Amino acid sequence: MANTTPSLAPVRAQEASEAGALAATLLTRHDKILIVLMVGVPLTLDLLLIWGPTLASVVLSFTNWDGIGSVTGENFVGFKNYQFMLTGYTLFWPAFTHNLIWLAWLTFIATPLGMFLAVLLDREMRGTRIYQSVFFLPVVLSLVVVGFIWELQYTPTEGFINNAFGLVKSGKLIDWLGNPRINLFAVLVAASWRHIGYIMILYLAGLKSVDPSLREAARVDGATEVQTFFNVVLPVMAPINVIIVVVTAIEALRAFDIAFIINQGKNGLELLSILITNNSISEASLVGFGSAIAVILLVISLGPIILFLSRTMRTTA
Amino acid sequence: MVAVWLFPLFWAVYSSLRPISDTIQRGYVSWPGTLNFDNYTTVWTQAEIPYYYLNTLVIVVPGVILTLLLASMVAFCCTQFSWKFNLIVLMLFTAGNLLPPQVIIVPLYWIYLHTPIAMLGSIDISKFSFALFSDNNLLYDQYIGIILIHVVFQTGFATFVLSNYMKTITKEITESALVDGANVLRIWWSVVLPLCRPALAAMATLLFTFMYNDFFWALILLKSSDKRPITTALNNLQGQFFVDNNLVAAGALLACIPPIIVYILLQKHFVAGLTLGSTKG
Repeated sequence: MANTTPSLAPVRAQEASEAGALAATLLTRHDKILIVLMVGVPLTLDLLLIWGPTLASVVLSFTNWDGIGSVTGENFVGFKNYQFMLTGYTLFWPAFTHNLIWLAWLTFIATPLGMFLAVLLDREMRGTRIYQSVFFLPVVLSLVVVGFIWELQYTPTEGFINNAFGLVKSGKLIDWLGNPRINLFAVLVAASWRHIGYIMILYLAGLKSVDPSLREAARVDGATEVQTFFNVVLPVMAPINVIIVVVTAIEALRAFDIAFIINQGKNGLELLSILITNNSISEASLVGFGSAIAVILLVISLGPIILFLSRTMRTTA
Repeated sequence: MVAVWLFPLFWAVYSSLRPISDTIQRGYVSWPGTLNFDNYTTVWTQAEIPYYYLNTLVIVVPGVILTLLLASMVAFCCTQFSWKFNLIVLMLFTAGNLLPPQVIIVPLYWIYLHTPIAMLGSIDISKFSFALFSDNNLLYDQYIGIILIHVVFQTGFATFVLSNYMKTITKEITESALVDGANVLRIWWSVVLPLCRPALAAMATLLFTFMYNDFFWALILLKSSDKRPITTALNNLQGQFFVDNNLVAAGALLACIPPIIVYILLQKHFVAGLTLGSTKG
């Protein structure tokens, strides 16, 4: 899901309050009621369907509720779900590790590659628009389609890779998606195909906004291009870098679709997001236990979310 | 590098154009004997692809419009007027959109199974039937349920981006309109929204793609196979209908044609939507 917010622009509360204070005196009662409604309706929906369920997940994580009837005092079991999750449940640590590997792969391989492409394409070279379009193309595809397209590369006897390298003929088939030791990485290659273009476009927008005179000055001072990038451009881009870090982290935590498409998140592709749904919705209706996993995912997500909010909502007073 | 990037897509197109008999005879990596659109015709007619396109459309069009309406209202009120909680409200919307959907899915699933919704008949288009509001008195397994969660979830994102954009509009415009006696609803609709046209176009393009590409909400919150949008339908066809790789390729490519068309036609809006605010303000 590519819908992590990549925008920046600090909220200018200061400015807003100065000009807004003027407007407020002009508002009639009728206007004030309208404003309450215009904000209130969407806000109520947001609280009911996003924040309510978030809090409910936290509460349910302390229960053994199975989703039937109502939650009563007897359902509360303290930290039992967490205890079982951390010690008895054999899928938790693999899934946790896979999410970490996902995050590390995106952070140290895919995201830097996207940034590198952006730097390359930022220079006024011929055909840069076409290159941009090509690298960005996978970003508009759904992860379901990305999964299918890569299955055509990976399937053991019919896929392109094994056939092209003669592994089918020689009988040394590599089961890219079935072998639990390599399938996570095969999937990460597919996910990166999409992620790299996304980061590239975000970073490119940032690079375009860097004042050209800064680079000019650095060049006059005799800095090499690499020096200019690391000592001049990168620091100026600090706000964009935060966005990129947040987008990358959120993408890694949200990973679900592509693993689900390939083998429903089993056998080497377990992820926290998939364990949540498998436990509480599809298989067992272990609502309380699934919620405990959801809380773990929530707590990890709060890191990048708070980082994002603190950077973007900071007042420029 | 560009060739590497395009290769998976090229390979999918190539596979989709080859009849399976040709592939079996000559091997998967080989020069083609025949190329035709038979796989597409098979998928199109036998897998009911047009029906799933229509399902997607029924979800995405109202979804995008409602999201833009709600988000622009919130953004308008939070940027043009100052009141105690406008920063908090913006934060709630923004942070809500950043949560992994799986964090909220368990209680949401319960809400969907327990919210009564009126049944108001259905609209029939030839052999397709679309229920108005609900056909089982619930939010679960309904178009309206999927639209609702898309709207609420994406309103967070759209509010954030639109409010960044609206901050660049001077408040004097709103003030002078107020002095002229216009009410806020009117200012929002006929003064501020027209000024936001570029941002709205960018958001519409982006939201279309997000909602079109959604897999998770439809997977969990829909049950009937005849209501599935194209992404989840594709997943279901896997194994049942897709007996060979060439059919898989044709199905996957059919599913990605609409977003690719949108991307090609509206590339500027698309990229603008993703980067809006990062260079402004």
